[in-house]
Amino acid sequence: MQICTYDNEEHLLENCRKGSRDAFEVLVKRHMKDAYRIAAGLVGNSDDALELSQEAFYRAFRNIRHLNPQSKFFPWFYQILKNLCFSHLRKRRLRRTSALPQIDGEDLTAADGDGFDPHLVVERNESKDQVWKAIGRLSPKHREVIILRHFRDMSYEQMAEALFCSTGTVMSRLYHARKKLKETLECAKGGHVYDL
Amino acid sequence: MTCENYRDLMMGYLDDELTAEQKKAFEAHLAGCSHCRAELESFIKLKTITDDVALLEPEDKLWENYWGNIYNRLERGVGWILFGISAILLLIYGGFKMIEEIIRDPALGLGLKIGLLALIAGLAILLVSLVRERLYFRSRDRYKDVRR
Repeated sequence: MQICTYDNEEHLLENCRKGSRDAFEVLVKRHMKDAYRIAAGLVGNSDDALELSQEAFYRAFRNIRHLNPQSKFFPWFYQILKNLCFSHLRKRRLRRTSALPQIDGEDLTAADGDGFDPHLVVERNESKDQVWKAIGRLSPKHREVIILRHFRDMSYEQMAEALFCSTGTVMSRLYHARKKLKETLECAKGGHVYDL
Repeated sequence: MTCENYRDLMMGYLDDELTAEQKKAFEAHLAGCSHCRAELESFIKLKTITDDVALLEPEDKLWENYWGNIYNRLERGVGWILFGISAILLLIYGGFKMIEEIIRDPALGLGLKIGLLALIAGLAILLVSLVRERLYFRSRDRYKDVRR
């Protein structure tokens, strides 16, 4: 009997390209937690995060033959996941703006933390809720780098790989994202919770 | 170099991601720049605050069912493809047979024959147009252009 351990990602991907669902199962189990957590950080809701991360894996399997044999799985998969999450956010924003009346041009979606569910946060308190909502108010591009760095604890090198850019660009994006987050927290409604 | 040139390095310094050389250069700038010192201080505070926020871990049951849900999608995907192909083939076959019957049937008047054939032709055009539209959008599918 041949025992297949799939320790090597290259070997695993080769089998996935041939249509092996067993190999893909190993790949899914290896990356499912990261995929779910990143999606949760990007869309701010656990049900949507579960649905979107599973859909991303489904699409990845359907398109895995297009993945370059020399490439790693996760950065490629991350593009699919990210596009799905951003597309979901756009649809959610459209639904909300069409359902709610605009008040003097006020951006209602930005005001409510873009649908970010505070129940996703551990040991909730007012300050943590403010931070979570402020992250939800960031643009998807800014939110993405904050999530990858703070919630997935990725190194700059890993982030550069996932974002298909240089580490210099990662630093630049982080600077702007953190600056925006700082400004949002400083201007948070209901008084100055943080003095930054 | 201006402060603007050092702000990206500030992030690397904050996250301990700089090389020894970059760190040295940044610290030298920091020693003589009160603006960057103040900005770094505020970013350190922000990092402490954001590091304090953690996301809830889902229940183990979610991970147990995770692969099963994806497997079901994969299986249904194959089912839909087979269903779609066979439906199209049957529709084409049925359409041709129907046209044949209409043309051969002596009981049907010429006007009725033309009307029925026009109806079938209209449906066929609509179907082809829908398929063409699907293929057009599929060729511009954002996931096809995902960088690899």
